[in-house]
Amino acid sequence: MTTLATIPGGHTSRLGHSAFRRAALWTAPLIFLGVFFFLPLVRILAFSLRLDVFTGPNLQLAFETLAFTFYQAAISTALTLLVGLPAAVLFAHYSFPGRAFLRAWTAVPFMLPTVVVAAGFNALLGAHGWLNVVLMRSFGLDSAPIQWVGTLGAILVAHVFYNTTIVIRIVGAALSNLNPGLVQAARSLGADSRRAWWNVILPLVRAPLTAACLLVFLFDFTSFGVVLLLGGPSISTLEVQIYIQAMQLLNLPLAALLSLIQLLCTVGFSVLYARFATRSTQTSPRSAALNLRRPGSGPQRLFVAGTVCVLATLFVLPVLAVPLRSVSRLDLDRGQRTELRSGFTMDYYTELFVNRRNSIFYVPPIRAAANSMGYACATVLLSLSLGFPAASALARPGRLEKFLDPVLLIPLGASAVTLGLGFVLAFGRWLMHPWMVPLAHSLVALPFVVRTLQPALASLPTRLRQAAASLGASPFRTWQAVDWPIVGRATLAAAVFAFTISLGEFGATSLLSRPEYPTIPIAIYRFLSQPGGLNYGQAMAMATFLMALTAGGIMLIERLRWPGSSEF
Amino acid sequence: MNRLCLLIVLFLVSCVPPATSPQPLTVMTHDSFAVTDAVIHDFEGRNNAKATFIKMGDAGAALNKAILTRDAPLADVFFGVDNTFLARALGADIFEPYDAPALRNIPAAYQLDGTHRALPVDYGDVCINYDKAFFASKALTAPRSLEDLLKPDYRGLLVTENPASSSPGLAFLLATVKHFGDPGYLVFWKALRQNGLVVVDGWETAYYTNFSGSLGKGSQPMVVSYGTSPAAEVMFSQQPLAAAPTASIIGPDTCFRQVEFVGLLKGTGHRALARKFVDFMLGAEFQQDMPAQMFVYPMVPGIGLPPEFVKYSQLPPQPATLAPDQIAANRDAWIKAWTGVVLH
Repeated sequence: MTTLATIPGGHTSRLGHSAFRRAALWTAPLIFLGVFFFLPLVRILAFSLRLDVFTGPNLQLAFETLAFTFYQAAISTALTLLVGLPAAVLFAHYSFPGRAFLRAWTAVPFMLPTVVVAAGFNALLGAHGWLNVVLMRSFGLDSAPIQWVGTLGAILVAHVFYNTTIVIRIVGAALSNLNPGLVQAARSLGADSRRAWWNVILPLVRAPLTAACLLVFLFDFTSFGVVLLLGGPSISTLEVQIYIQAMQLLNLPLAALLSLIQLLCTVGFSVLYARFATRSTQTSPRSAALNLRRPGSGPQRLFVAGTVCVLATLFVLPVLAVPLRSVSRLDLDRGQRTELRSGFTMDYYTELFVNRRNSIFYVPPIRAAANSMGYACATVLLSLSLGFPAASALARPGRLEKFLDPVLLIPLGASAVTLGLGFVLAFGRWLMHPWMVPLAHSLVALPFVVRTLQPALASLPTRLRQAAASLGASPFRTWQAVDWPIVGRATLAAAVFAFTISLGEFGATSLLSRPEYPTIPIAIYRFLSQPGGLNYGQAMAMATFLMALTAGGIMLIERLRWPGSSEF
Repeated sequence: MNRLCLLIVLFLVSCVPPATSPQPLTVMTHDSFAVTDAVIHDFEGRNNAKATFIKMGDAGAALNKAILTRDAPLADVFFGVDNTFLARALGADIFEPYDAPALRNIPAAYQLDGTHRALPVDYGDVCINYDKAFFASKALTAPRSLEDLLKPDYRGLLVTENPASSSPGLAFLLATVKHFGDPGYLVFWKALRQNGLVVVDGWETAYYTNFSGSLGKGSQPMVVSYGTSPAAEVMFSQQPLAAAPTASIIGPDTCFRQVEFVGLLKGTGHRALARKFVDFMLGAEFQQDMPAQMFVYPMVPGIGLPPEFVKYSQLPPQPATLAPDQIAANRDAWIKAWTGVVLH
């Protein structure tokens, strides 16, 4: 099936493939990865690995854990695709009331700390959660019928909850960039809607689909907080085992062995992807809005309504539980009351501004939010400035790119615990420098930024540029009218990714941030490490704050329109 | 000429060193460290110092990082080694000895390190907390000993944490080892498992997702937590409470005594100031501040406790303790055996 992108001559870049250009593009990203990823990793592995760790029982533990990790990641990815693909189609092709809000809301779970997700699901599915209460009342049951914590199902649901937004954004971006003319052409040749889908659209989104699949799989493969908090102790993935061995049993050699295995698997996946995924995507510089239409026929309406329902149940309900808990009096039936009070309260929010214990580490919520936003903005800047060169180089891949492409993905699959220890070993007292946090966040955000930018950069239609130039447009005007509408959307999508990743990042931040400059997830975790109603309520209040901040930030970024890019 | 003189004078004046700037002191701790603002400022003012705290995770993670950076320590003082990790810390040789004068006042039972490299600062207990309202509503009395937990009345009512990943979980395991001996404790855990024991990975999950006595409103009315948690529930309650909603089970060996230590890190560049900080931690001002901030008991005798502590937190008369060397030697084996019996 020929597309515009594979017509001979369509790929000749005006800038040429000089080795110098290539080297210049890769310098910054490679230095970044070399210093902030490979250096600490090599140091900690060299320090910890010993030959005598390769014993029978150790290897058995390693491979059993690996097998289980694979298993749960595969099922989680499949379920995520099941939910994410229809959702991507929904947001790319249909307009309906609340579309922008729902789309932004599906990204909120991505940056919610796991403790908050656990609290939210608990409020929905826990022993005194809504679902159990409703079931118990309707069927007159004595004990809660749904036992949710500590099962594999809890982990799978949480993974879908977290990662669907990746599919929605990556595949959705590709879908909304598709030239509707292709589908119309297929229809006019007699294809029905199913064939149009199967033979025209799916092959064109195969590359972003594979990319999204791989990212989701990697995240599920290295999942830590979800498995630790929701899975219960009999469920143990590689990352959890690494944590237990390294941090609790202080068995660094075994932790290093497990990290090495995890790393090798990640390299394997990356190489596999680089070999089999194609890169060309057919796009056109049309506004995404032109691809949107209201659902017309019955099946379309059904599809829209059904998908919206599923998304609302999966994403809105559990998340809604948190803000609700932050404003309700939860302890009406505790201890002894002196007077009757209503169920609604803003006490938890007002308490956030009170340093009741006069602790030296108290930070008003505004400052924690400012810290979070500051780190997030720095991460966006850093990852975009590192991601653009890498994506440009990958858009016109040569032999060097085929080798370096998997390298970008490896940080996502490396053990965060091990990398953290590597940071401690490699950077010593520099650990607490303010720029370390955005640097660590960018390590995680960079693959997303590159994967989001690269298809757009690869699909810049040279013919259209040549046409614009031949009609008298200056290079800047060409860039503004042809390049930017495609790249601009991808840049915004990449910025949103980097922003949400940074806002919700917990592991690296807890290692690298000074206690006086906590981010919101750290503040939430601090509240939940101590007993007491006020602590729990304040954690819920901060979590609500974080959700509002993220959803608001995302919606704001998406509303930004570069002048001239929306109408054609 | 005049202008030149003026310039020379200004240059000389600017070379005069300013008033001595505060000496920096870095303290490495675990995440639960907390102290009142004014108390630290007092120390800083008295010693012309600037104290910086770096929090490195929970007790095990923080110690691990201190051991990792032994050759180039990240801080001058390390606080937060507890008795379950003491032998490991001393074996890794990360501390230098300091025979602080305040050690004379501390009971000999807590001076677990004869070489004065790790100095005891505070103690606390890991106990089972129970939800009073639940037991009252079912007209049940709470269990009073470890053996009671095996009674069918209490089936499925206890949640504990995985000792491999949680410090209170490990402490509870050690208490059962002390009480029932090795391998008797495995018989106990097997029976407990058959009596519907729930195990989760961390304290946050156990307390806020599973425990019915917290605002998480879970299903289990008994949780392995700290002896001071009931006091914390009252101190952090949204509305004034006349009684604590939870209480601890303080029968013989049902609680495990944890002791926390501080030490000067080897290779510190500010030895004198670090020693002053250790003295300060063993002094009355810090010890008095500790209970309400970290929910532990002060090591130095004669320190007044906050009223909520006295009213709502009970000290067990016979807490379980084990020698640090014994813990270090057997910890891995005990956890492995426990995992085999309880999780598989």
